[in-house]
Amino acid sequence: MYTASDLRKGLRLKIDNDPYVITEFNFVKPGKGQALYRCKLKNMLTGSQFERTFRSVDMFEPADLREKKMQYLYKEGDKFCFMDNETFEQVYLTEGQVGDAVNFLLDNIEVEILLFEDRPIGISLPNFVELIVTEAEPWAKGDTVSGATKPVKVQTGCTILVPTFVSEGEKIRIDTRTGEYLTRVKG
Amino acid sequence: MSTLRQDDLFHLARKSQALQLRAGFIEHLRRFFIQQGFLEIETPLRIPSPAPEEHIEPLPSGSWFLQTSPEICMKRLLAAGYPRIFQFCKCFRAGERGNRHLPEFSMLEWYVLQYDYRQLMDQCEDLLISACQAMGHSGKVIWQNKTIRLSPPWERITVADAFSRYAPVSLQNALAGDRFDEVLVEHVEPNLGNDHPTFLFDYPAQMASLAKIKKDDSTVAERFELYIGGMEIANGFSELTDAREQRRRFEEALEARAAKDQARYAMPEPFLASLENLPPCAGIALGLDRMIMILADTANIDDVIAFPPETL
Repeated sequence: MYTASDLRKGLRLKIDNDPYVITEFNFVKPGKGQALYRCKLKNMLTGSQFERTFRSVDMFEPADLREKKMQYLYKEGDKFCFMDNETFEQVYLTEGQVGDAVNFLLDNIEVEILLFEDRPIGISLPNFVELIVTEAEPWAKGDTVSGATKPVKVQTGCTILVPTFVSEGEKIRIDTRTGEYLTRVKG
Repeated sequence: MSTLRQDDLFHLARKSQALQLRAGFIEHLRRFFIQQGFLEIETPLRIPSPAPEEHIEPLPSGSWFLQTSPEICMKRLLAAGYPRIFQFCKCFRAGERGNRHLPEFSMLEWYVLQYDYRQLMDQCEDLLISACQAMGHSGKVIWQNKTIRLSPPWERITVADAFSRYAPVSLQNALAGDRFDEVLVEHVEPNLGNDHPTFLFDYPAQMASLAKIKKDDSTVAERFELYIGGMEIANGFSELTDAREQRRRFEEALEARAAKDQARYAMPEPFLASLENLPPCAGIALGLDRMIMILADTANIDDVIAFPPETL
């Protein structure tokens, strides 16, 4: 069981026999009052969302989900195909099930396919991916500590805000949970 | 320059504006207090026992605790006759982390002998108007797309009136169902301080904490909170000077804590003893980081400090 202090964005709970994921989480507490945990929860099967505020005494059942390492193969129509490299079993996910992960879904990347009662229902990317910058404005020297950012395009086609010192052709590490730039990667 | 070092510089450089704003604001606050004849003091961060509170968790430090608030030492100074004191200090509260919470945060706390909570609300208003004006916010501040007018007088509304105006349940029903905090946070707070900063005052007596009960209405305590843009900024009260009553409330809080298996600590006896000599007074604690969030127009407390705990 989880307690309220375990709650955080991305945690998966079982509520009324369905798996839910916390999509938004905020700790709120009047200075001298009770700690409250405000959550937005998404049903991982239907996508429907609801908001609820929990208290520190509340307990939660973890969702019984299994993850399986698979490789992304290709997209066919609106279906994404993944394969288990040991059993060669293939599974398909819809665009809705892949969601924002599409921004960081490189060909042949290894991902975790989420199974609920052996049914594929979603995908989780590694927390960090390394992508090559394919389009970037050149860096005006002297900008190092200004804290300014610029948009660049990475190899999956999505646009990321990065520090101005990042240049085209460099590899950068991105946090797939926030979509934010973390650091440059050597080599 | 190494990649890691350059990125660290990038993340810290983005804070530059907020950190300059922070330093400037503290300077103007301090100037106000000095002009008003206050003495700046320092009290220990490590103490053997905090003021017992049911919903505030202290962090242990050896066999003692880090302070959750500087109030007990500050009131001992008041009881010794120091008439006007203030301090900027760090406070520590376990398990508090969110967009508006840090487990280590900065507090501005001040006390005035012979003041009550109404006079303190006025003084708080004067202080913030003066310091905001010195920071270039004359007349208004814009926070998260809300234009909040700073011109006096700021709004003052009782807890009971705020519940009947904004909440789907009355104050009595919220209290009876142990839903006061929930209803306050969900329905009341978001409506407070969006036009003018707002003082929410006359808290239910069961939430008196270290505040005095109102003379002509024993159901409420002379306690207030300041809200700006729906965010709680400060908490103040006419201080309870009755040692017996304070001991009773502390015992209640300690019992509630024991029942929930929270950290045990002893009764702060030297503080209770000092209450015997405490003249009428009022005191207030203001969350400095949150006030700087308002001036920096950010919704995330991490943006106004250099090092959020996760970056250490």
